[in-house]
Parts: sequence; structure tokens; C-alpha cells
Amino acid sequence: MKHIKILGTGCSNCKATLKTIEAAAQAADADICLEKVEDIGEIMSYGVMSTPGVVIDGKVVHAGGVPDRKTVESWIKA
Amino acid sequence: MFEAFARLLVYQWLNLDPASHLGSAVHFFVMDTTKIFFLLFIIIYIMGLLRALLSPEKVRAYVRGKPKWLARTLAITLGAITPFCSCSSVPLFIGFVEAGIPLGVTFSFLIASPMINEVAVVILVGILGWKLAALYVAAGLTVAYIGGIIMEQFKPERWVEDYVWKIHMGESQAVAVDTSLSGRHRYAMNEIKEIIGRIWKWVLAGVALGAAFHGYVPEAWVVEHLGGKGNWFAVPGAVLLGVPLYSNATGVIPIAEAMLGKGVAVGTTLALMMSIAALSLPEMLILRKVLRWPVLAIYASVLAVAFMLVGWGFNFIT
Repeated sequence: MKHIKILGTGCSNCKATLKTIEAAAQAADADICLEKVEDIGEIMSYGVMSTPGVVIDGKVVHAGGVPDRKTVESWIKA
Repeated sequence: MFEAFARLLVYQWLNLDPASHLGSAVHFFVMDTTKIFFLLFIIIYIMGLLRALLSPEKVRAYVRGKPKWLARTLAITLGAITPFCSCSSVPLFIGFVEAGIPLGVTFSFLIASPMINEVAVVILVGILGWKLAALYVAAGLTVAYIGGIIMEQFKPERWVEDYVWKIHMGESQAVAVDTSLSGRHRYAMNEIKEIIGRIWKWVLAGVALGAAFHGYVPEAWVVEHLGGKGNWFAVPGAVLLGVPLYSNATGVIPIAEAMLGKGVAVGTTLALMMSIAALSLPEMLILRKVLRWPVLAIYASVLAVAFMLVGWGFNFIT
């Protein structure tokens, strides 16, 4: 099972990112564990300054801006 | 092209009188809306295709450990070419502090970033011409450089929230990007959606205000009260007016266009543009998460004074 973390302090882009991932996971029927990280200290501990960021199994795969649907699907599949 | 389209739509199809207030306001609105959104799509798509946008993580790495003048110059240049969403101000601020970048340099970055970005510059050239675009950019860069130095004199470190000093930032990890043409295209389209989704309301509000000014404010009144050199109070007035008004730098441009068209002095217009783009209550509230009120008050005052000097300066020499 994939552990996906969304790093963001709660701006609209962070919420949009969460929704995109949720929708893609549901469509692919993927077994993932989604977690939202809002603590600024924890966000920064991943070396991310531009939010939203996405972390999959401890690795940063995305930072800054909402990722597009196709990219999100490739994360879930891989 | 946009002019012709606006003429056709407003005067022929809607049958409005070109000499009326409403007709001239609606014409302005249609022309600027189509022109600005067209330019926005093009420029954002090209920037997205090139993936030319620098991330703040890279900016931090470049600026870190450089001598102060070089760090400041880099921070301002990068701030000017990186459009970052104001919700990133807090992580950005913390990241800079954690990297040991002097606070004065960070302030220079924070001043330059909302005022100047490549999208606004392209629109500025498209709407107001390259001369005014160059003036605006030069004035913005100067204010950012000197503003940061002045902030430093107040020793702003004492007003940084304690928790900021305790955060340890992890090593930046390289994010793999899809550099194939289709990947670039998807990225560019996504950028258009994201950036226009964020700023369209500021642009429309700006065009609407500009249109109202263009259509309804009589030119003679403007020239008497807001033009020329005798009206020294118009500049501080413009700066004060800009504080409660908040807009993206792009949204300010149509307002400036309408003002200049009616004969408002160049310096007064520049002062208002800068004040609207860089001095705003929402931005202050976001920065309040990392900085205490005294330093925010100093920051706002330094900017206000700087914008007034820019305004008076340009009104004096033109």
C-alpha cells in the first residue's frame, strides 16, 4: 500500500491537489493511505518551500502548484 | 485586432454610442479583457513549455552563502522572475531564515516578488508600451534593493516569531520532471489553469475599475487635480488608496492605462500601481504568522515612503 502525504498549509491549491489524488485513486481503485500534513515544521522537514508538495513513501515527487491528473495517475499506478 | 473587435461588438452589435459614458466604458472593458486574457494565455503557455519558472528551493540554494550585495541582487532578480503564490510566503520566509540568508535580503525578495513578474511585464509592455514597463520595473527593483537595506537597519530579527528559528529544513530532494514534449504541454496547460484561475478576478476587477475611470471621470477634472506638478498631495493619496485595494500586479495595469489616458501624472500612477501590488492587508496577515506587528508596521511604512518618493521623483522629472 502506498502512503501519500500532501504538504500544504491549507491554501486552495493544496485542497485541489488532495481532491485530484482522491479522485484518481478512487477511479483506479487503488489502495492508498492519504494524509494531509499542515504543520509547517513537518512540511519544511521534507525540504519543500513551494506548497502544495506531494510525498509518496517518504520521497518528494512534486512541489509547487497543483499536479495534473495524468501525473497523479502515474504515481498511483507505479 | 482587439480594438477592431471591441468596436464591432460594442458600437455595432450592442449599438452603444461611442460618445456616451457607457459606450466608451464598455468599449474599454471589452478591448482590455480580450487583450489581457489573450496575452496571459500566450505568455503563461510559453513559460510553461520552457519550464522556465524557478522554484523557491532553487532560489534559496543560489542565494545561500553569497556576499550580501550579491545575495540581494540575486534575491531581487529571482523574486522578479518567480511568480509565487502569496500562500507560499510563510514557507519561503522560513526557508530563507533557516538557510542563514540575512533578513534584509529576504525583505528585498518579498518586496520584488509581488510587484514584478514576467507575466505582468509582458502585459505591461502590451498595454502601456515598453517605456512605462521599463520605468515600472526599474523603480520596483530599486525600491526592493533599498527597501531591504533600510529594513536591515531596524534589526528585524528581534520580531521574528520564536518557532521560526527552531524549524530545521530537510535536504531538498530533486523532483523528477517529465521533459518530453507532451509532458511540457500538459505542464503548460496546467500552469494556465492554475495561474489564470488564481488571478482572473483581479484582472476583471482591474479592467472594470479602469473602464469606469475611462468612461465616467471627466478629463478636465483629472488634469486639474491629479496631473502636473502642483498637486504634490496626489502621490501620497495614491499610495494610501492602494493599501486597502489589493490586486495582482496584472490587474493593476488596466487601471494605470485608464489613468494615464486621462492625464494622471506618471509618478502618481506608478505610486498607485506599486502600492496596490505590494502593500496589502492580506499579505501582511500572512506574514504575521512569522513576524510580529512592530516589524510589519515598519515594513509597510518603509514601502509607503518609498512609493511616495518614486511618485514624486517621476512627477518631478517628467
